[in-house]
Amino acid sequence: MTATYKNDFLKEVEANVEDGQWVKMCMQCGVCAGSCPLGPHWQHSPQKIFMMIRAGKREEVLTSDSMWMCTSCYNCIVRCPRKLPITHIMHGLANYAHRLGLAPKGQPTREIAKLFWDNIVKTGRVNELKFSLAMYFKDGFGQGVKNAMAMQGIGLGLMKAKRLNPMEMLGGHTCKDKGGIHKMIAKAREIEDRRKGLSGH
Amino acid sequence: MADIKYAAYICSGCGIGDKLDVDALEKVATKEGKMAVVKSHPFLCSTEGVDLIKNDIANDGVTHVMIAACSRRAKAEAFTFPDNAVSRANLREGVIWVVAEGSEHDEVRQEMAEDYIRMGCAEIKKMTQPAGNPNKAQSKRIMVVGGGMSGMTAALAAADAGYEVVLIEKTAKLGGFASNLLKRVPFNAPYAEAQPTGVEELASKVSGHAKIKVHLNSTLSETAGAPGRFIAKIAQESGAIAEETVGAIVQATGFTPYDINKLTELGGGQANVVDQAGLEALAKAANSGAIKRADGKEVKSVVFVQCAGQRGSGGNGNGQHLEYCSGHCCATSIKQATYFKDANPDVDTIVMYLDLRVPGMGEDFYRSAQEKGVIFTKAKVNGVSGGLSGEMSCKVNFKDLILDEEATVDADLVVLATGQVANAGVNLDEWTATVTAAESGDAAAVQRKSELQKISVLNLNYRQGPDVPQFKYGFADSHFICFPYETRRTGIYAAGPARRPMDMFQAMEDATGAAMKAIQAVENATHGRAAHPRAWDLSFPKARLEGCTQCKRCTVECPFGAIDEDERRFPLFNEERCRRCGTCMGACPVRVISFENYSCDTVGMQIKAVNVPDEFEEKPRVLILACENDAYPALDMAGIQRLTYSAFVRAIPVRCLGSANTIWITDALNQGYDGVMMMGCKKGDDYQCHFVKGSEMAYYRMSKIDDTLKQLGLEPERVQTHEVAITDNARVARMIDEYVAQLTELGPSPMKGFG
Repeated sequence: MTATYKNDFLKEVEANVEDGQWVKMCMQCGVCAGSCPLGPHWQHSPQKIFMMIRAGKREEVLTSDSMWMCTSCYNCIVRCPRKLPITHIMHGLANYAHRLGLAPKGQPTREIAKLFWDNIVKTGRVNELKFSLAMYFKDGFGQGVKNAMAMQGIGLGLMKAKRLNPMEMLGGHTCKDKGGIHKMIAKAREIEDRRKGLSGH
Repeated sequence: MADIKYAAYICSGCGIGDKLDVDALEKVATKEGKMAVVKSHPFLCSTEGVDLIKNDIANDGVTHVMIAACSRRAKAEAFTFPDNAVSRANLREGVIWVVAEGSEHDEVRQEMAEDYIRMGCAEIKKMTQPAGNPNKAQSKRIMVVGGGMSGMTAALAAADAGYEVVLIEKTAKLGGFASNLLKRVPFNAPYAEAQPTGVEELASKVSGHAKIKVHLNSTLSETAGAPGRFIAKIAQESGAIAEETVGAIVQATGFTPYDINKLTELGGGQANVVDQAGLEALAKAANSGAIKRADGKEVKSVVFVQCAGQRGSGGNGNGQHLEYCSGHCCATSIKQATYFKDANPDVDTIVMYLDLRVPGMGEDFYRSAQEKGVIFTKAKVNGVSGGLSGEMSCKVNFKDLILDEEATVDADLVVLATGQVANAGVNLDEWTATVTAAESGDAAAVQRKSELQKISVLNLNYRQGPDVPQFKYGFADSHFICFPYETRRTGIYAAGPARRPMDMFQAMEDATGAAMKAIQAVENATHGRAAHPRAWDLSFPKARLEGCTQCKRCTVECPFGAIDEDERRFPLFNEERCRRCGTCMGACPVRVISFENYSCDTVGMQIKAVNVPDEFEEKPRVLILACENDAYPALDMAGIQRLTYSAFVRAIPVRCLGSANTIWITDALNQGYDGVMMMGCKKGDDYQCHFVKGSEMAYYRMSKIDDTLKQLGLEPERVQTHEVAITDNARVARMIDEYVAQLTELGPSPMKGFG
């Protein structure tokens, strides 16, 4: 266990989290906490997350749902008197927790992010039909049917307006050099992992 | 006396001529005021108008000038005639601008103006133009007490301005507290790194300065005299006494860190718990290497506890220590935390603060320490345990105020940020009580008195005690905002942490300010005039000692300790120490104290000059005695804003409400006035009185006047005291109207017609 109120976890965050080196610069004014539109809905405000990192509360921080609740409205960044890139730090923490497998299981934002990522890296393009269906069915077949039925009106409307092509179900369109996209993503991941001293996900 | 010639000049400009019958005013000045020359002019403050007066002075033998125009606070420069006494009748701000418009008010407006003419004429007859103190002091040398950063800076500032300086230092070398520091908080951009203290350079500059004479290992065994002629007896290490004559004194005696051993609840007294001074010693010993504890173990983790024994119950500790914030300690802890980080970035360095106070550019220094990895935790520290011996580390128990939970952290070393205690000498309240008890034969008090004499810094031989009066929390100040450096002893200026808690940068600024005040004091003393706040005033109190009853009220009540006792126990006025407030004049029951241009008579004759209508006329008369520093300007401002108030009042400015003698009240009531309003400044701990205790004295005296009123068969409502601030223009107009309405209801004074 990481000792509390020692620098170990702060150093870990600085080394592994995007913009993590900013955490020590927080002056605990609480403007971010007061500015967040989702303030009442998450476990810990950014102010508290930063203090918890400094207090060495590794498990609590990485399993917190707070970073996943961020809607990237950038209110906190605009208002932070110390110019901390708070939104980016929150996303960085989310990413780090996800890679370590500590992020909360079944957290909706995390699930959607995963689906979106898996969808887009396949062909280099978002297959909206498959993405929507994957979302509907993420909680099981029965729930999926219910979700699809609830959305059928919108689906039909989109089809009429030629915004949704049912044929996308069969593979769907792709970008010109699919192999190249895959290579690019693999290389980017390799670089990032090397930088962060991680291997794979 | 044969050469005295009184002249009255009435201005009809600024609308005075439209609202008032100037011919009638001239008649009053001639017939009732008995002025030898009476002239009016449509624009008296113009060159032509002033020349008219100058010409009469030069060619017609006019010696005393009564000017009826605007307030004495307006056109003061134009109406200055250095060799002549001048009185002013306030027809503009005091009459035409404040009396309601309309012909139905013409009669009372004219009566008010005529009264002010009568008052101006009565005043001028009792005035003489002051010539200044004939016993002009000689010394322009400045003595600085204390050779720390503040003292050395003050000495250099005065010496560089061309004044000879005598510097007294208790220890064997210059430098003071700053000598014990490894580095100082940065003074310059980018405010990121601690800087060398610069104390050696400053000390060698002081020792090498041709105009500075340094006495090391020396203390003051006695200080006598007054600005321009202080005689300091300097006790030297050898036992010899050196004597120096100086004109002013800068007291830069610094501070002592609060005794850490008293902070047992925070681990004070434990081996691995130090105060900031203790940490500086460890850091100096480390010589930029790893900082080690007293037992030799390298410090791998350190916790700084801010506000230790400070800020009462709002700080850390049991709330039984210092009540105030010492201001410098947050930045100092930041600096000390960087000592650790600079030597070894892996040291866990936590600053536990309640409110991190780093004013000004300190914020940049704070950020720099954060960048170095110093962790700042908002926490209330409950206690420090362990750390008693050897390898054992300290355990800091605290409540994290952001995470709202109790926590514990181990640390090799705990630093307590304790506060500054002023080295301000003896508390005069205790001194007076001790001396009184000692005089009545109390053996313990006799013992305590000799202890206090040893604590004393200045050992003044003043009747009111051996040091400067302390303001709050034992600091040698007289007001936090209005009069920096000015103690309540003229010619003695406090600078640095002896005056109020502060850091080195502020102390050096403070020292420069105090040196400038000292220069002001010696210059004015050698010209025989007042230093401040009535700078350049040539008048000074004179006492007719043959009438003195030796009641000692003046010596006790003088806010500035200016009055001693001579060998026959008569008051001995030290004019150079005096600030010309007149509190002694107000105190004197037999009215023997006066100034040449301000006395019981100059005001008393004005009171008597007013035409008080009889009870059937239904025109009450109210006397206003208004402090000229705040209340009188507020009355003027009411006029400038064209706020109206009752035309039944007659306002007389006084130097300070403390100078108001009760005879004026008795005179006014005997004369048939229906009421008296006394307007002074705010008193108490957050006082605004320019003379510190003046308004308080006035309130105290007036609280005792009820018996007198009863003897006269008068209601207590007939005399009122008010606190009026300079911004109270609307309030003062409303107060007057309410009071006049109250008096109308009360009915006319039964004294009318007996005066």
